[in-house]
Amino acid sequence: MINTHDILETIHMIDNENLDVRTITMGISLLDCIDSNIEKACVKVYDKICGYAEHLVQTGEDISREYGIPIVNKRIAVTPIAMLAGANPAASPVHFAKTLDRAARTVGVNFIGGYSALVHKGFGPGDYALIESIPEALSETELVCSSVNIGSTKAGINMDAVKKMGHIVKQTALRTADRDCIGAAKLVVFCNAPEDNPFMAGAFHGAGEPDCVINVGVSGPGVVRAAIAKASPDDDITAIADIIKKTAFKITRMGQLVAQEASRRLCVPFGIVDLSLAPTPAIGDSVADILEGMGLEQCGAHGTTAALALLNDAVKKGGVMASSHVGGLSGAFIPVSEDQGMIAAAKSGALSITKLEAMTAVCSVGLDMIVVPGDITPEIISGIIADEAAIGMVNSKTTAVRLIPAIGKSVGEELNFGGLLGSGPVMEINAKSPAVFVNRGGRIPAPLQSLKN
Amino acid sequence: MRAVITVIGKDMVGILAKVSAICADKGANVIEVTQSIMQDMFAMIMMIDISGCTVPFSTLADEFEALGETLGLKIHVMHEDVFNSMHRI
Repeated sequence: MINTHDILETIHMIDNENLDVRTITMGISLLDCIDSNIEKACVKVYDKICGYAEHLVQTGEDISREYGIPIVNKRIAVTPIAMLAGANPAASPVHFAKTLDRAARTVGVNFIGGYSALVHKGFGPGDYALIESIPEALSETELVCSSVNIGSTKAGINMDAVKKMGHIVKQTALRTADRDCIGAAKLVVFCNAPEDNPFMAGAFHGAGEPDCVINVGVSGPGVVRAAIAKASPDDDITAIADIIKKTAFKITRMGQLVAQEASRRLCVPFGIVDLSLAPTPAIGDSVADILEGMGLEQCGAHGTTAALALLNDAVKKGGVMASSHVGGLSGAFIPVSEDQGMIAAAKSGALSITKLEAMTAVCSVGLDMIVVPGDITPEIISGIIADEAAIGMVNSKTTAVRLIPAIGKSVGEELNFGGLLGSGPVMEINAKSPAVFVNRGGRIPAPLQSLKN
Repeated sequence: MRAVITVIGKDMVGILAKVSAICADKGANVIEVTQSIMQDMFAMIMMIDISGCTVPFSTLADEFEALGETLGLKIHVMHEDVFNSMHRI
Protein backbone atom coordinates (compact mmCIF):
# COMPACT_ATOMS: atom_id res chain seq x y z
CA MET A 1 0.00 0.00 0.00
CA ILE A 2 1.09 3.55 -0.61
CA ASN A 3 2.72 5.21 2.37
CA THR A 4 0.22 6.97 4.67
CA HIS A 5 2.49 9.98 5.02
CA ASP A 6 2.66 10.41 1.25
CA ILE A 7 -1.11 10.24 0.89
CA LEU A 8 -1.70 12.80 3.63
CA GLU A 9 1.00 15.04 2.20
CA THR A 10 -0.76 15.13 -1.19
CA ILE A 11 -4.15 15.82 0.41
CA HIS A 12 -2.61 18.59 2.51
CA MET A 13 -1.02 20.18 -0.58
CA ILE A 14 -4.37 20.29 -2.35
CA ASP A 15 -6.50 21.37 0.63
CA ASN A 16 -4.20 23.90 2.25
CA GLU A 17 -1.42 24.87 -0.11
CA ASN A 18 -3.32 25.63 -3.35
CA LEU A 19 -1.76 22.78 -5.33
CA ASP A 20 -3.40 22.66 -8.72
CA VAL A 21 -2.84 22.12 -12.40
CA ARG A 22 -3.10 25.65 -13.72
CA THR A 23 -4.10 24.86 -17.26
CA ILE A 24 -4.69 22.23 -19.89
CA THR A 25 -4.11 24.05 -23.16
CA MET A 26 -5.00 22.51 -26.49
CA GLY A 27 -2.85 23.78 -29.34
CA ILE A 28 -4.65 23.78 -32.69
CA SER A 29 -3.05 24.54 -36.04
CA LEU A 30 -5.16 26.77 -38.26
CA LEU A 31 -2.81 26.63 -41.25
CA ASP A 32 -5.37 24.60 -43.20
CA CYS A 33 -7.98 27.33 -42.62
CA ILE A 34 -6.15 29.95 -44.67
CA ASP A 35 -8.40 31.45 -47.31
CA SER A 36 -8.26 34.69 -49.28
CA ASN A 37 -11.97 35.08 -48.53
CA ILE A 38 -12.01 36.07 -44.86
CA GLU A 39 -15.62 34.95 -44.34
CA LYS A 40 -14.74 31.45 -45.56
CA ALA A 41 -11.57 31.43 -43.45
CA CYS A 42 -13.57 32.36 -40.33
CA VAL A 43 -16.05 29.54 -40.93
CA LYS A 44 -13.17 27.06 -41.26
CA VAL A 45 -11.52 28.42 -38.08
CA TYR A 46 -14.74 28.17 -36.07
CA ASP A 47 -15.50 24.65 -37.29
CA LYS A 48 -11.99 23.36 -36.70
CA ILE A 49 -11.71 24.75 -33.15
CA CYS A 50 -15.19 23.56 -32.16
CA GLY A 51 -14.53 20.13 -33.66
CA TYR A 52 -11.15 19.56 -32.03
CA ALA A 53 -11.93 21.10 -28.65
CA GLU A 54 -15.50 19.86 -28.30
CA HIS A 55 -14.66 17.57 -25.37
CA LEU A 56 -11.72 19.53 -23.91
CA VAL A 57 -13.56 21.14 -21.00
CA GLN A 58 -15.55 18.02 -20.08
CA THR A 59 -12.41 15.87 -20.22
CA GLY A 60 -10.54 18.32 -17.98
CA GLU A 61 -13.39 18.25 -15.48
CA ASP A 62 -13.58 14.45 -15.54
CA ILE A 63 -9.84 14.11 -14.88
CA SER A 64 -10.05 16.69 -12.13
CA ARG A 65 -12.89 14.75 -10.46
CA GLU A 66 -11.29 11.33 -10.80
CA TYR A 67 -7.84 12.26 -9.67
CA GLY A 68 -8.99 14.78 -7.09
CA ILE A 69 -6.71 17.46 -8.53
CA PRO A 70 -8.11 20.93 -9.25
CA ILE A 71 -7.57 21.83 -12.92
CA VAL A 72 -8.17 25.57 -12.91
CA ASN A 73 -8.25 26.48 -16.62
CA LYS A 74 -8.95 24.85 -19.94
CA ARG A 75 -7.64 26.91 -22.81
CA ILE A 76 -6.90 26.90 -26.51
CA ALA A 77 -3.86 28.22 -28.38
CA VAL A 78 -4.01 28.65 -32.16
CA THR A 79 -1.65 29.41 -35.02
CA PRO A 80 -0.67 33.11 -35.00
CA ILE A 81 -3.63 34.76 -36.72
CA ALA A 82 -1.30 37.06 -38.72
CA MET A 83 -0.46 33.97 -40.81
CA LEU A 84 -4.13 33.67 -41.75
CA ALA A 85 -4.63 37.40 -42.13
CA GLY A 86 -1.78 37.48 -44.65
CA ALA A 87 -4.01 35.79 -47.25
CA ASN A 88 -6.16 38.91 -47.38
CA PRO A 89 -4.31 41.87 -45.84
CA ALA A 90 -7.05 44.29 -46.90
CA ALA A 91 -9.71 42.66 -44.70
CA SER A 92 -9.88 43.54 -41.00
CA PRO A 93 -8.38 40.75 -38.87
CA VAL A 94 -10.90 41.66 -36.13
CA HIS A 95 -13.24 39.18 -37.87
CA PHE A 96 -10.84 36.46 -36.77
CA ALA A 97 -10.78 37.77 -33.19
CA LYS A 98 -14.57 37.68 -33.02
CA THR A 99 -14.59 34.17 -34.51
CA LEU A 100 -12.06 32.98 -31.91
CA ASP A 101 -14.13 34.55 -29.13
CA ARG A 102 -17.29 32.83 -30.39
CA ALA A 103 -15.54 29.45 -30.72
CA ALA A 104 -14.08 29.79 -27.21
CA ARG A 105 -17.56 30.45 -25.81
CA THR A 106 -19.05 27.50 -27.70
CA VAL A 107 -16.52 25.00 -26.30
CA GLY A 108 -16.48 26.67 -22.86
CA VAL A 109 -12.77 27.45 -22.44
CA ASN A 110 -11.48 30.26 -20.21
CA PHE A 111 -9.21 31.91 -22.79
CA ILE A 112 -8.07 31.49 -26.37
CA GLY A 113 -4.59 32.67 -27.34
CA GLY A 114 -3.02 33.24 -30.73
CA TYR A 115 -4.19 36.65 -31.90
CA SER A 116 -0.52 37.02 -32.56
CA ALA A 117 2.18 38.11 -34.97
CA LEU A 118 5.85 37.11 -35.10
CA VAL A 119 7.75 40.12 -36.36
CA HIS A 120 11.20 39.76 -34.77
CA LYS A 121 12.91 40.34 -38.08
CA GLY A 122 10.29 42.30 -39.97
CA PHE A 123 6.65 42.54 -40.94
CA GLY A 124 5.22 39.90 -43.28
CA PRO A 125 1.86 40.14 -45.06
CA GLY A 126 -0.89 40.33 -42.45
CA ASP A 127 1.44 41.21 -39.57
CA TYR A 128 1.00 44.95 -39.71
CA ALA A 129 -2.78 44.76 -40.13
CA LEU A 130 -3.05 42.37 -37.22
CA ILE A 131 -0.95 44.53 -34.89
CA GLU A 132 -2.94 47.63 -35.87
CA SER A 133 -6.17 45.79 -35.05
CA ILE A 134 -5.13 44.60 -31.56
CA PRO A 135 -6.75 47.48 -29.59
CA GLU A 136 -10.06 46.99 -31.38
CA ALA A 137 -9.88 43.18 -31.19
CA LEU A 138 -9.14 43.11 -27.44
CA SER A 139 -11.79 45.69 -26.63
CA GLU A 140 -14.51 43.92 -28.60
CA THR A 141 -13.80 40.38 -27.37
CA GLU A 142 -13.49 38.92 -23.89
CA LEU A 143 -11.67 35.63 -24.17
CA VAL A 144 -9.12 36.40 -26.88
CA CYS A 145 -5.48 36.94 -25.88
CA SER A 146 -2.87 38.55 -28.05
CA SER A 147 0.92 38.45 -28.27
CA VAL A 148 3.57 39.92 -30.53
CA ASN A 149 7.14 38.65 -30.77
CA ILE A 150 9.41 41.61 -31.50
CA GLY A 151 12.85 40.13 -30.97
CA SER A 152 14.97 37.00 -30.71
CA THR A 153 18.54 36.02 -29.93
CA LYS A 154 19.05 34.90 -33.54
CA ALA A 155 17.36 37.88 -35.23
CA GLY A 156 17.94 40.84 -32.93
CA ILE A 157 15.22 43.32 -31.99
CA ASN A 158 12.83 44.85 -34.50
CA MET A 159 12.73 48.45 -33.24
CA ASP A 160 10.00 49.41 -35.73
CA ALA A 161 7.80 46.83 -34.00
CA VAL A 162 8.92 48.04 -30.56
CA LYS A 163 7.93 51.58 -31.50
CA LYS A 164 4.58 50.40 -32.83
CA MET A 165 3.82 48.30 -29.74
CA GLY A 166 4.25 51.29 -27.42
CA HIS A 167 1.28 52.90 -29.18
CA ILE A 168 -0.70 49.64 -29.35
CA VAL A 169 -0.38 48.95 -25.60
CA LYS A 170 -1.51 52.49 -24.79
CA GLN A 171 -4.42 52.39 -27.24
CA THR A 172 -5.55 49.00 -25.95
CA ALA A 173 -5.69 50.40 -22.42
CA LEU A 174 -7.53 53.52 -23.64
CA ARG A 175 -10.17 51.49 -25.47
CA THR A 176 -10.90 49.46 -22.33
CA ALA A 177 -10.50 52.31 -19.82
CA ASP A 178 -14.07 51.75 -18.59
CA ARG A 179 -13.18 48.15 -17.65
CA ASP A 180 -10.01 48.83 -15.61
CA CYS A 181 -7.98 48.81 -18.86
CA ILE A 182 -8.38 45.01 -19.01
CA GLY A 183 -7.46 44.88 -22.70
CA ALA A 184 -3.79 45.57 -21.94
CA ALA A 185 -3.78 42.63 -19.48
CA LYS A 186 -4.49 40.34 -22.45
CA LEU A 187 -1.58 41.60 -24.55
CA VAL A 188 2.03 40.44 -24.23
CA VAL A 189 5.09 41.67 -26.11
CA PHE A 190 7.71 38.92 -26.33
CA CYS A 191 11.36 38.40 -27.12
CA ASN A 192 12.17 34.73 -27.88
CA ALA A 193 8.51 33.64 -27.59
CA PRO A 194 8.14 29.87 -27.12
CA GLU A 195 5.89 28.03 -29.59
CA ASP A 196 4.38 25.67 -27.03
CA ASN A 197 3.58 27.91 -24.07
CA PRO A 198 0.28 26.90 -22.41
CA PHE A 199 0.02 30.04 -20.27
CA MET A 200 -1.95 33.16 -21.16
CA ALA A 201 -1.82 35.77 -22.42
CA GLY A 202 1.18 34.63 -24.46
CA ALA A 203 0.00 31.21 -25.68
CA PHE A 204 0.02 30.53 -29.41
CA HIS A 205 0.48 27.40 -31.50
CA GLY A 206 3.79 27.68 -33.32
CA ALA A 207 4.29 26.80 -36.96
CA GLY A 208 6.56 23.86 -36.01
CA GLU A 209 3.89 22.23 -33.85
CA PRO A 210 1.72 19.26 -34.89
CA ASP A 211 -1.89 19.71 -36.05
CA CYS A 212 -3.20 19.40 -32.51
CA VAL A 213 -1.40 18.98 -29.19
CA ILE A 214 -2.03 19.00 -25.44
CA ASN A 215 0.24 21.12 -23.25
CA VAL A 216 -0.14 21.35 -19.49
CA GLY A 217 0.97 24.11 -17.16
CA VAL A 218 1.51 23.17 -13.52
CA SER A 219 1.59 25.58 -10.64
CA GLY A 220 2.16 25.38 -6.90
CA PRO A 221 3.98 28.35 -5.32
CA GLY A 222 1.96 27.65 -2.15
CA VAL A 223 3.40 24.14 -1.91
CA VAL A 224 6.99 25.36 -2.34
CA ARG A 225 6.43 28.11 0.22
CA ALA A 226 5.03 25.61 2.74
CA ALA A 227 7.97 23.25 2.16
CA ILE A 228 10.48 26.03 2.75
CA ALA A 229 8.60 27.15 5.86
CA LYS A 230 9.29 23.72 7.36
CA ALA A 231 13.06 24.14 6.86
CA SER A 232 15.15 24.84 9.93
CA PRO A 233 16.63 28.35 10.24
CA ASP A 234 20.01 26.60 10.43
CA ASP A 235 19.64 24.99 6.98
CA ASP A 236 22.06 26.47 4.48
CA ILE A 237 20.99 27.65 1.02
CA THR A 238 21.97 24.33 -0.61
CA ALA A 239 19.42 22.62 1.62
CA ILE A 240 16.79 25.15 0.51
CA ALA A 241 17.58 24.43 -3.16
CA ASP A 242 17.15 20.71 -2.48
CA ILE A 243 13.78 21.24 -0.80
CA ILE A 244 12.58 23.24 -3.83
CA LYS A 245 13.82 20.56 -6.26
CA LYS A 246 12.02 17.76 -4.41
CA THR A 247 8.80 19.76 -4.20
CA ALA A 248 8.97 20.77 -7.88
CA PHE A 249 9.44 17.11 -8.77
CA LYS A 250 6.20 16.13 -7.01
CA ILE A 251 4.21 19.01 -8.48
CA THR A 252 5.45 18.22 -11.99
CA ARG A 253 4.69 14.50 -11.70
CA MET A 254 1.10 15.44 -11.10
CA GLY A 255 1.14 17.68 -14.17
CA GLN A 256 2.66 14.89 -16.24
CA LEU A 257 -0.05 12.47 -15.09
CA VAL A 258 -2.81 14.93 -16.03
CA ALA A 259 -1.15 15.68 -19.38
CA GLN A 260 -0.85 12.00 -20.30
CA GLU A 261 -4.39 11.25 -19.23
CA ALA A 262 -5.82 14.24 -21.13
CA SER A 263 -3.81 13.28 -24.19
CA ARG A 264 -5.07 9.67 -24.03
CA ARG A 265 -8.72 10.59 -23.50
CA LEU A 266 -8.79 13.26 -26.21
CA CYS A 267 -6.70 11.17 -28.65
CA VAL A 268 -4.37 14.15 -29.12
CA PRO A 269 -0.56 13.91 -28.82
CA PHE A 270 0.99 15.09 -25.56
CA GLY A 271 3.27 18.07 -26.17
CA ILE A 272 4.95 19.39 -23.05
CA VAL A 273 4.56 20.10 -19.37
CA ASP A 274 5.40 23.70 -18.52
CA LEU A 275 7.14 23.75 -15.14
CA SER A 276 6.03 27.17 -14.06
CA LEU A 277 5.41 28.45 -10.59
CA ALA A 278 2.38 30.58 -11.42
CA PRO A 279 1.09 32.57 -8.45
CA THR A 280 -2.54 33.53 -7.83
CA PRO A 281 -3.91 36.37 -5.75
CA ALA A 282 -4.94 33.75 -3.11
CA ILE A 283 -3.19 34.17 0.24
CA GLY A 284 -0.10 31.96 0.39
CA ASP A 285 -0.04 31.12 -3.34
CA SER A 286 2.73 33.62 -3.94
CA VAL A 287 6.22 33.58 -5.43
CA ALA A 288 7.09 36.65 -3.33
CA ASP A 289 6.24 34.62 -0.21
CA ILE A 290 8.75 31.94 -1.30
CA LEU A 291 11.50 34.54 -1.65
CA GLU A 292 10.57 35.97 1.75
CA GLY A 293 10.51 32.42 3.16
CA MET A 294 14.15 32.08 2.14
CA GLY A 295 14.94 34.95 4.49
CA LEU A 296 14.26 38.30 2.83
CA GLU A 297 12.36 40.85 4.90
CA GLN A 298 10.24 41.72 1.86
CA CYS A 299 10.35 40.87 -1.82
CA GLY A 300 12.38 43.57 -3.59
CA ALA A 301 15.06 43.77 -0.87
CA HIS A 302 18.67 43.38 -2.00
CA GLY A 303 19.18 39.63 -2.38
CA THR A 304 15.85 39.16 -4.20
CA THR A 305 17.48 38.55 -7.59
CA ALA A 306 19.79 35.88 -6.14
CA ALA A 307 16.94 34.17 -4.30
CA LEU A 308 14.83 34.19 -7.48
CA ALA A 309 17.72 32.78 -9.55
CA LEU A 310 18.02 29.89 -7.10
CA LEU A 311 14.27 29.29 -7.10
CA ASN A 312 14.01 29.36 -10.89
CA ASP A 313 16.90 26.95 -11.37
CA ALA A 314 15.79 24.51 -8.66
CA VAL A 315 12.23 24.39 -10.07
CA LYS A 316 13.64 23.39 -13.46
CA LYS A 317 16.04 20.81 -12.05
CA GLY A 318 13.29 19.16 -10.00
CA GLY A 319 10.74 19.32 -12.77
CA VAL A 320 12.83 18.13 -15.68
CA MET A 321 13.23 14.65 -14.25
CA ALA A 322 9.53 14.39 -13.46
CA SER A 323 8.33 14.88 -17.02
CA SER A 324 9.18 13.25 -20.32
CA HIS A 325 8.85 16.52 -22.27
CA VAL A 326 9.36 19.92 -20.74
CA GLY A 327 8.79 23.17 -22.60
CA GLY A 328 6.90 26.43 -22.67
CA LEU A 329 8.08 29.10 -20.28
CA SER A 330 9.12 26.79 -17.41
CA GLY A 331 10.28 28.87 -14.45
CA ALA A 332 9.00 31.20 -11.77
CA PHE A 333 6.51 33.85 -12.86
CA ILE A 334 6.56 37.27 -11.23
CA PRO A 335 3.29 38.90 -12.32
CA VAL A 336 2.81 41.73 -9.85
CA SER A 337 -0.99 42.00 -9.82
CA GLU A 338 -1.47 38.22 -9.59
CA ASP A 339 0.70 37.72 -6.51
CA GLN A 340 -0.41 39.15 -3.16
CA GLY A 341 3.18 39.21 -1.85
CA MET A 342 4.30 41.23 -4.88
CA ILE A 343 1.30 43.57 -4.53
CA ALA A 344 2.21 44.19 -0.88
CA ALA A 345 5.87 44.79 -1.78
CA ALA A 346 4.91 47.21 -4.57
CA LYS A 347 2.54 49.08 -2.26
CA SER A 348 5.12 49.42 0.49
CA GLY A 349 7.71 50.71 -1.96
CA ALA A 350 10.05 47.73 -1.43
CA LEU A 351 9.57 46.59 -5.03
CA SER A 352 10.22 48.95 -7.92
CA ILE A 353 10.09 48.48 -11.70
CA THR A 354 13.89 48.69 -11.85
CA LYS A 355 14.21 45.82 -9.37
CA LEU A 356 11.60 43.83 -11.28
CA GLU A 357 13.60 44.37 -14.46
CA ALA A 358 16.71 42.93 -12.80
CA MET A 359 14.65 39.98 -11.55
CA THR A 360 13.48 39.20 -15.08
CA ALA A 361 17.08 38.44 -16.09
CA VAL A 362 16.96 35.31 -13.92
CA CYS A 363 13.31 34.27 -13.92
CA SER A 364 10.92 32.69 -16.34
CA VAL A 365 9.31 35.58 -18.16
CA GLY A 366 9.45 39.31 -17.73
CA LEU A 367 7.75 42.49 -16.62
CA ASP A 368 4.36 40.95 -16.10
CA MET A 369 1.06 42.50 -15.03
CA ILE A 370 2.56 45.79 -13.97
CA VAL A 371 0.22 48.75 -13.65
CA VAL A 372 1.80 52.03 -14.77
CA PRO A 373 0.47 55.62 -14.67
CA GLY A 374 -2.19 56.40 -17.28
CA ASP A 375 -0.28 59.37 -18.66
CA ILE A 376 2.71 57.19 -19.67
CA THR A 377 3.81 58.04 -23.21
CA PRO A 378 3.92 55.36 -25.94
CA GLU A 379 7.66 56.09 -26.27
CA ILE A 380 8.32 55.20 -22.62
CA ILE A 381 6.32 51.97 -23.06
CA SER A 382 8.49 51.23 -26.12
CA GLY A 383 11.61 52.00 -24.07
CA ILE A 384 10.51 49.50 -21.39
CA ILE A 385 9.78 46.90 -24.10
CA ALA A 386 13.21 47.47 -25.71
CA ASP A 387 15.03 47.09 -22.37
CA GLU A 388 13.21 43.90 -21.54
CA ALA A 389 13.70 42.44 -25.03
CA ALA A 390 17.43 43.22 -24.78
CA ILE A 391 17.67 41.16 -21.57
CA GLY A 392 15.99 38.24 -23.34
CA MET A 393 17.99 38.60 -26.55
CA VAL A 394 21.40 38.75 -24.86
CA ASN A 395 20.67 35.99 -22.33
CA SER A 396 19.01 33.62 -24.85
CA LYS A 397 15.84 33.46 -22.81
CA THR A 398 12.21 34.41 -23.15
CA THR A 399 11.29 37.82 -21.82
CA ALA A 400 7.98 39.58 -22.09
CA VAL A 401 6.25 42.81 -21.22
CA ARG A 402 2.66 43.03 -20.08
CA LEU A 403 2.09 46.59 -18.86
CA ILE A 404 -1.30 48.04 -18.04
CA PRO A 405 -1.45 51.83 -18.37
CA ALA A 406 -4.08 52.84 -15.79
CA ILE A 407 -5.95 55.46 -17.77
CA GLY A 408 -6.91 58.43 -15.60
CA LYS A 409 -4.94 57.14 -12.63
CA SER A 410 -1.58 57.95 -11.12
CA VAL A 411 0.92 56.48 -8.64
CA GLY A 412 -0.74 55.26 -5.44
CA GLU A 413 -4.08 54.43 -7.07
CA GLU A 414 -5.09 50.92 -8.06
CA LEU A 415 -6.62 48.81 -10.83
CA ASN A 416 -8.80 45.82 -10.03
CA PHE A 417 -9.18 43.09 -12.65
CA GLY A 418 -10.72 40.40 -10.45
CA GLY A 419 -10.20 36.65 -10.68
CA LEU A 420 -6.75 35.25 -11.44
CA LEU A 421 -5.60 38.59 -12.89
CA GLY A 422 -5.87 40.19 -9.43
CA SER A 423 -5.30 43.85 -8.70
CA GLY A 424 -2.29 46.10 -8.76
CA PRO A 425 -1.09 49.46 -7.51
CA VAL A 426 0.07 51.99 -10.10
CA MET A 427 3.88 51.84 -9.98
CA GLU A 428 6.25 54.71 -10.47
CA ILE A 429 8.19 54.89 -13.73
CA ASN A 430 11.18 56.89 -14.88
CA ALA A 431 9.58 59.75 -16.83
CA LYS A 432 12.70 60.78 -18.81
CA SER A 433 11.97 60.41 -22.51
CA PRO A 434 13.58 57.74 -24.73
CA ALA A 435 11.62 59.17 -27.71
CA VAL A 436 14.55 59.92 -30.04
CA PHE A 437 16.07 56.47 -29.46
CA VAL A 438 12.74 54.69 -29.94
CA ASN A 439 11.72 56.70 -33.00
CA ARG A 440 14.89 55.81 -34.89
CA GLY A 441 13.32 52.46 -35.80
CA GLY A 442 15.39 49.85 -37.62
CA ARG A 443 16.79 46.69 -36.05
CA ILE A 444 19.13 46.06 -33.15
CA PRO A 445 21.58 43.52 -34.62
CA ALA A 446 21.59 39.99 -33.17
CA PRO A 447 24.16 39.64 -30.39
CA LEU A 448 27.44 37.79 -30.58
CA GLN A 449 27.18 34.24 -29.29
CA SER A 450 30.77 33.98 -28.13
CA LEU A 451 33.14 36.15 -26.03
CA LYS A 452 30.56 35.86 -23.23
CA ASN A 453 31.34 38.29 -20.46
CA MET B 1 -8.74 0.27 -11.05
CA ARG B 2 -8.04 1.24 -7.48
CA ALA B 3 -8.79 4.40 -5.57
CA VAL B 4 -7.79 5.84 -2.23
CA ILE B 5 -10.35 7.26 0.18
CA THR B 6 -9.04 9.57 2.88
CA VAL B 7 -11.13 10.75 5.77
CA ILE B 8 -9.78 13.50 7.99
CA GLY B 9 -11.56 15.23 10.84
CA LYS B 10 -12.85 15.01 14.37
CA ASP B 11 -13.25 11.46 15.67
CA MET B 12 -16.80 10.18 16.23
CA VAL B 13 -18.73 6.93 16.41
CA GLY B 14 -19.45 5.12 13.15
CA ILE B 15 -17.16 6.79 10.59
CA LEU B 16 -15.69 3.52 9.32
CA ALA B 17 -19.16 1.93 9.20
CA LYS B 18 -20.67 4.77 7.18
CA VAL B 19 -17.82 4.92 4.69
CA SER B 20 -17.77 1.15 4.18
CA ALA B 21 -21.56 1.11 3.81
CA ILE B 22 -21.29 3.37 0.75
CA CYS B 23 -18.49 1.16 -0.66
CA ALA B 24 -20.62 -1.96 -0.23
CA ASP B 25 -23.70 -0.28 -1.67
CA LYS B 26 -21.83 0.79 -4.81
CA GLY B 27 -19.88 -2.43 -5.35
CA ALA B 28 -16.46 -1.08 -4.36
CA ASN B 29 -14.32 -3.69 -2.64
CA VAL B 30 -12.31 -2.55 0.39
CA ILE B 31 -8.76 -3.88 0.07
CA GLU B 32 -6.98 -2.25 2.96
CA VAL B 33 -7.70 0.17 5.77
CA THR B 34 -5.35 2.07 8.04
CA GLN B 35 -6.44 4.58 10.60
CA SER B 36 -4.84 6.63 13.26
CA ILE B 37 -6.13 8.97 15.91
CA MET B 38 -3.84 11.74 17.01
CA GLN B 39 -5.35 13.55 20.01
CA ASP B 40 -8.94 13.71 18.80
CA MET B 41 -8.15 14.05 15.08
CA PHE B 42 -9.15 11.06 13.03
CA ALA B 43 -7.29 10.09 9.84
CA MET B 44 -8.39 7.03 7.91
CA ILE B 45 -7.01 5.82 4.61
CA MET B 46 -8.87 3.15 2.71
CA MET B 47 -7.74 1.48 -0.51
CA ILE B 48 -10.68 0.28 -2.61
CA ASP B 49 -11.00 -1.65 -5.84
CA ILE B 50 -13.55 0.08 -8.05
CA SER B 51 -13.42 -2.18 -11.09
CA GLY B 52 -16.77 -3.70 -10.03
CA CYS B 53 -18.27 -0.36 -9.02
CA THR B 54 -21.89 0.02 -10.13
CA VAL B 55 -21.79 3.81 -10.52
CA PRO B 56 -19.42 6.19 -12.34
CA PHE B 57 -16.44 7.47 -10.37
CA SER B 58 -17.85 10.98 -10.16
CA THR B 59 -21.08 9.70 -8.53
CA LEU B 60 -19.04 7.79 -5.98
CA ALA B 61 -16.99 10.91 -5.26
CA ASP B 62 -20.20 12.96 -4.88
CA GLU B 63 -21.61 10.44 -2.38
CA PHE B 64 -18.51 10.61 -0.22
CA GLU B 65 -18.38 14.38 -0.44
CA ALA B 66 -21.99 14.56 0.73
CA LEU B 67 -21.24 12.17 3.60
CA GLY B 68 -18.23 14.28 4.57
CA GLU B 69 -20.38 17.39 4.66
CA THR B 70 -23.02 15.73 6.86
CA LEU B 71 -20.43 14.48 9.32
CA GLY B 72 -18.24 17.59 9.24
CA LEU B 73 -15.26 15.61 7.91
CA LYS B 74 -13.07 15.99 4.84
CA ILE B 75 -13.45 12.97 2.58
CA HIS B 76 -11.39 12.71 -0.60
CA VAL B 77 -11.60 9.92 -3.18
CA MET B 78 -8.69 9.91 -5.61
CA HIS B 79 -7.32 7.56 -8.21
CA GLU B 80 -4.28 5.72 -6.81
CA ASP B 81 -2.13 6.84 -9.78
CA VAL B 82 -1.95 10.34 -8.28
CA PHE B 83 -0.02 9.04 -5.30
CA ASN B 84 2.05 6.59 -7.30
CA SER B 85 3.22 9.25 -9.71
CA MET B 86 3.88 11.90 -7.09
CA HIS B 87 5.78 9.75 -4.64
CA ARG B 88 7.36 6.94 -6.66
CA ILE B 89 10.01 7.21 -9.35
